[in-house]
Amino acid sequence: MSVRAALIAFLLLVNSAQGQGFADLGRDAEGFAVPVPDTAFDFPRDHGAHPEYRIEWWYLTATLTGADGRDYGLQWTLFRSALRPEGGEGWGDTPQIWMGHAGLTTPDAHFVAERLSRGGIGQAGVTIDPFAAWIDDWRMESQAEDGADALSALTLTARGQDFAYDLTLTANGPIVPQGDNGYSVKSASGQASYYYSQPFYEVAGVLDLPDGPIDVAGQAWLDREWSSQPLEADQTGWDWFSLHFDDGAKLMGFGLRQEDGDVYTSATWIEPDGAPTPYGDGALILTPLATEEVAGREVPVEWRLELPDRGIDIETRPLNPQSWMDTLFPYWEGPIRFSGSHEGRGYLEMTGYQ
Amino acid sequence: MIRAALSALLSHWWRHKVQLAALMIGLALATGLWTGVQAINQEARSSYDAAASVLGQDQLDRLQRADGALIAPEAFVDLRRAGWLVSPVVEGEARIGGVRLRILGIDPLTAPPAAAAVDLTGDGDLAAFIGDDRLVFINPETAGRLPSDPLTVRLSDDLPPGVAIADISTAWSLLDMEGFSHLLLWPEQPYDVPPFEDAAPDLVRIAADGASDVGRLTGSFHLNLTAFGLLSFVVGLFIVHAAVGLAFEQRRPMFRTLRALGLPARHLVALLGGEMLILAVIGGALGIVVGYFVAATLLPDVAATLRGLYGAEVSGTLRLDPGWILAGFAIALVGTAVASAQSLWRLARLPVLAPAQPRAWSMATSRSLALQAGLGCALLLVAAILALFGHGLLSGFTILATLLLGAALLLPAVLMALLKLGASFAQRPLAEWLWADTRQQVPGLSLALMALLLALAASIGVGTMVSSFRLTFTDWLDQRLASELYVTASTEEEAERLRSFLAPLADTVLPIRSVEARVAGAPGEIYGIVDHATYRDHWPLLQGQDETWDRIAASDGALINEQLHRRAGLSIGDTVTLPNGWSETVVGVYSDYGNPTGQVIVGLDALVDRYPDLARLRHAVRISPDDAPALADRIRDEFGVTMRVINQDEVKRLSLDVFERTFLVTGALTVLTLGVAAFAILTSLLTLAAMRLPQLAPVWALGLTRRRLAWIELARAVLLALLTWLVAVPLGLLLAWLLLAIVNVEAFGWRLPLFVFPLDWLALALWATLAAALAAAWPAWRLARIPPARLLQVFAHER
Repeated sequence: MSVRAALIAFLLLVNSAQGQGFADLGRDAEGFAVPVPDTAFDFPRDHGAHPEYRIEWWYLTATLTGADGRDYGLQWTLFRSALRPEGGEGWGDTPQIWMGHAGLTTPDAHFVAERLSRGGIGQAGVTIDPFAAWIDDWRMESQAEDGADALSALTLTARGQDFAYDLTLTANGPIVPQGDNGYSVKSASGQASYYYSQPFYEVAGVLDLPDGPIDVAGQAWLDREWSSQPLEADQTGWDWFSLHFDDGAKLMGFGLRQEDGDVYTSATWIEPDGAPTPYGDGALILTPLATEEVAGREVPVEWRLELPDRGIDIETRPLNPQSWMDTLFPYWEGPIRFSGSHEGRGYLEMTGYQ
Repeated sequence: MIRAALSALLSHWWRHKVQLAALMIGLALATGLWTGVQAINQEARSSYDAAASVLGQDQLDRLQRADGALIAPEAFVDLRRAGWLVSPVVEGEARIGGVRLRILGIDPLTAPPAAAAVDLTGDGDLAAFIGDDRLVFINPETAGRLPSDPLTVRLSDDLPPGVAIADISTAWSLLDMEGFSHLLLWPEQPYDVPPFEDAAPDLVRIAADGASDVGRLTGSFHLNLTAFGLLSFVVGLFIVHAAVGLAFEQRRPMFRTLRALGLPARHLVALLGGEMLILAVIGGALGIVVGYFVAATLLPDVAATLRGLYGAEVSGTLRLDPGWILAGFAIALVGTAVASAQSLWRLARLPVLAPAQPRAWSMATSRSLALQAGLGCALLLVAAILALFGHGLLSGFTILATLLLGAALLLPAVLMALLKLGASFAQRPLAEWLWADTRQQVPGLSLALMALLLALAASIGVGTMVSSFRLTFTDWLDQRLASELYVTASTEEEAERLRSFLAPLADTVLPIRSVEARVAGAPGEIYGIVDHATYRDHWPLLQGQDETWDRIAASDGALINEQLHRRAGLSIGDTVTLPNGWSETVVGVYSDYGNPTGQVIVGLDALVDRYPDLARLRHAVRISPDDAPALADRIRDEFGVTMRVINQDEVKRLSLDVFERTFLVTGALTVLTLGVAAFAILTSLLTLAAMRLPQLAPVWALGLTRRRLAWIELARAVLLALLTWLVAVPLGLLLAWLLLAIVNVEAFGWRLPLFVFPLDWLALALWATLAAALAAAWPAWRLARIPPARLLQVFAHER
């Protein structure tokens, strides 16, 4: 059974549906909902799943420092992918498929695990009240007090063949809408998603590694995004940054690479109090500085980021250049440090490198 | 020199074409039968292995319920949420368009990579597989047997025949069940997961097992075939041995000449070894061709047998496999080496100028005869000990092997004793000479006679088993198929209409309702019956009590078939585990020949309580036998072709048909073995004929005509064959008893009474006589026409 190839084909199918004309305002040709501008988020409902959209994720990355003084990074992601814009219940009705990725990066190792599940049977899913997102025994659960936002306090666990982690996360800032008040445009022709983040987590917990458990503490960033048309057909991949500045400010920035070599960039500057400033295409300048051979391909693991409007000119270095996620859709995802005009830590995700 | 020697050696074969033919036929038969049987076995085994490894079940451990019941879907989710990497499998049999399919339901999202079964990489395949399209993967051969049906079928060459792979939910609807047969465990589990028992306390871990259930079930059948193949091979080797011995014996003057001309002994041995190698390769090649045809001819029957008897799907077409071709050559070479080793060894030690006087090549001294007899006794002792204390199928076959071999080794001594006994009654000098000369011949003929003994004993043993079985089976069919008509409707409405239609016409209409379910931890069937004299009076109970039928009628207790009784060790008073926490006390055991699986009979109410949605399509109709055909016609007229009406006779015919096919293969092999044995006698007699001239010439010189001598030779062969037959009868009966009481119980799960068929033995005696007479006819004819000069030469030392 080549599930791997099957899912690639399946998601390619999702992508190939892009670029088709709108069958209806707010719906695509196959009945999936598409994001429309000026839609306010509705919490806690929007923390939950949106089965009427093709794809969705709960994406958490953490930059950590261990009691041993070393840097660590980890990722916890739950993806939802829809075959039909319906919820589905039980084994016989499977319009929704769930996929989990867990990564744990040390200076000299990178651990990866992956899980798959059909929706509607309880193996994976997201509940709104109380908030919980899970696949198998990997769980992201709300520990928020009554009245507080469900994502303001979380516990997070995952386990792979040779690693496990167990973290407590507490947000000391608000939820931040990305793009135009949560409507994040992904191409010049208007592909978009709904997108918000919680970048203000303080993290403490334990990593279980082959050499034994390690207490860690640090910062984490949660991205929530859903859409039915994430990329344009000629977009080959993306380079995505989430950066924690030492002064408490945050920067989200990405570049979507096109076949013709052009890059569509987007960024959000987030003040330490959570006030966002979105930047459209071209404001952020991304320049690869050095590549490394990773899993048989050249991947730019060092970057220069410039956001002149904020006087930002920084260079990033990975904790471990071999932070390769050898999953169904392989990609690079790992913790980074940056220096230059500003200093801090963050996470980098790079997809589409052949 | 070497070239000249080689051409001299080979020239022998051109001058003795019959000998060459005998050698070739012997080798080809030995290799062919062996290879054919191996090819059949291998074809079947690869089918089983393919079936077993479809989901990597031969490599992956699994979890299943200790009681064999289906696992609730929630248990799978609980385990996953406890961190265990498990993947559900639901397995069962369904009839789709009349074709029995083994349905395997899987979850492609959690299936371990080793459970690679089908390719879902095509556009939208995964969506079609887990979605509403109900995509089902089937092997093309199997798909060809399916009528156009409601399934969305995708062909896959990788799948074994008879297997359909579908998503869990598709399999559930095809099998009409909900739950998992077992959960496959990923080979690598996550870091530090808690014990699985915490999440699923009623599951047990079953270690991966390379052997498939079907393989285990059919193991005995294949062992059976292998035993026959080996028997044929051994018998074939007798022919080769005889032909090689003869060729060496006749060329002794030539060897002496070559050695005298300066050819070193090493070179001579090497040349003859090379000659044997060439002959073995040619004979082996012929044998492989023979084997291919034997296998291709028998395979469809074997496949039908395996399907009918064990539900095992085996591809009916033979593939040329380098494996068994190489094995065929190997066995031909080994056989030739074994058959010619003795001759080559003697040759190597032959003094250069040893007199070229022929000695019977296998003239055994009395010491070696005693040694042989001692060995035979020891083997028989081993067989007896095993019969008393051994158990299991392997022990059964070991008993068979030691018994046959021991008896064969004892044969010359027994024949000698019998001939001595005969000689004590001889009065006239000619008769005395005849007895004495026959004893003189026994060592030379002993190998051929052993072959005859084995063939005769196998024929009696297998024949007795098959005939006993047939008798029991026919009897049992009469009891079991007590109803006159069996009618199956295609829909519930039609069935309803049928019942009201039959109400005024038939004496009784008995519902037949059954469900395929796990019984005592293995796949089986549960039948529900109503209380009726048909069952009370006719059902073939092996164990029962007075109140057996009352308890079934009261839905209190269950009847089990003999297979379940033996396999699960259940007897009256024990509890049989049925699905979903249901269990019943065993109140009786019935014989159920021809059924590979366990079967349970309960009261109809008990069954319907548990399975309220069971189809009510099948009916048994009681009516006076004379009126049955007319009623069958009326039903057909009334309901048309959708209503399946079978009368008792047809079912019996079908059942007997399956039965006949089952034993066709063994029957064919028995006949072949007997033919091979006759051929062995022929070659041995030919070998002896030339060497016996020194013994015959004086008798001829004393006045006995060549014609008379020839008749005596013929009579002698027949006498020896009959004496061998005399030994073969008790041996064959012993064999039959072993087959019925030990091998059958282990192999099929039923024990049968032994019936004796003396007429068959007499017929066999005739066949043995005929075989021996035919084998001796040609040598005798040659003796009758031998030029007197050659007989005279015996006295002239100029042979």
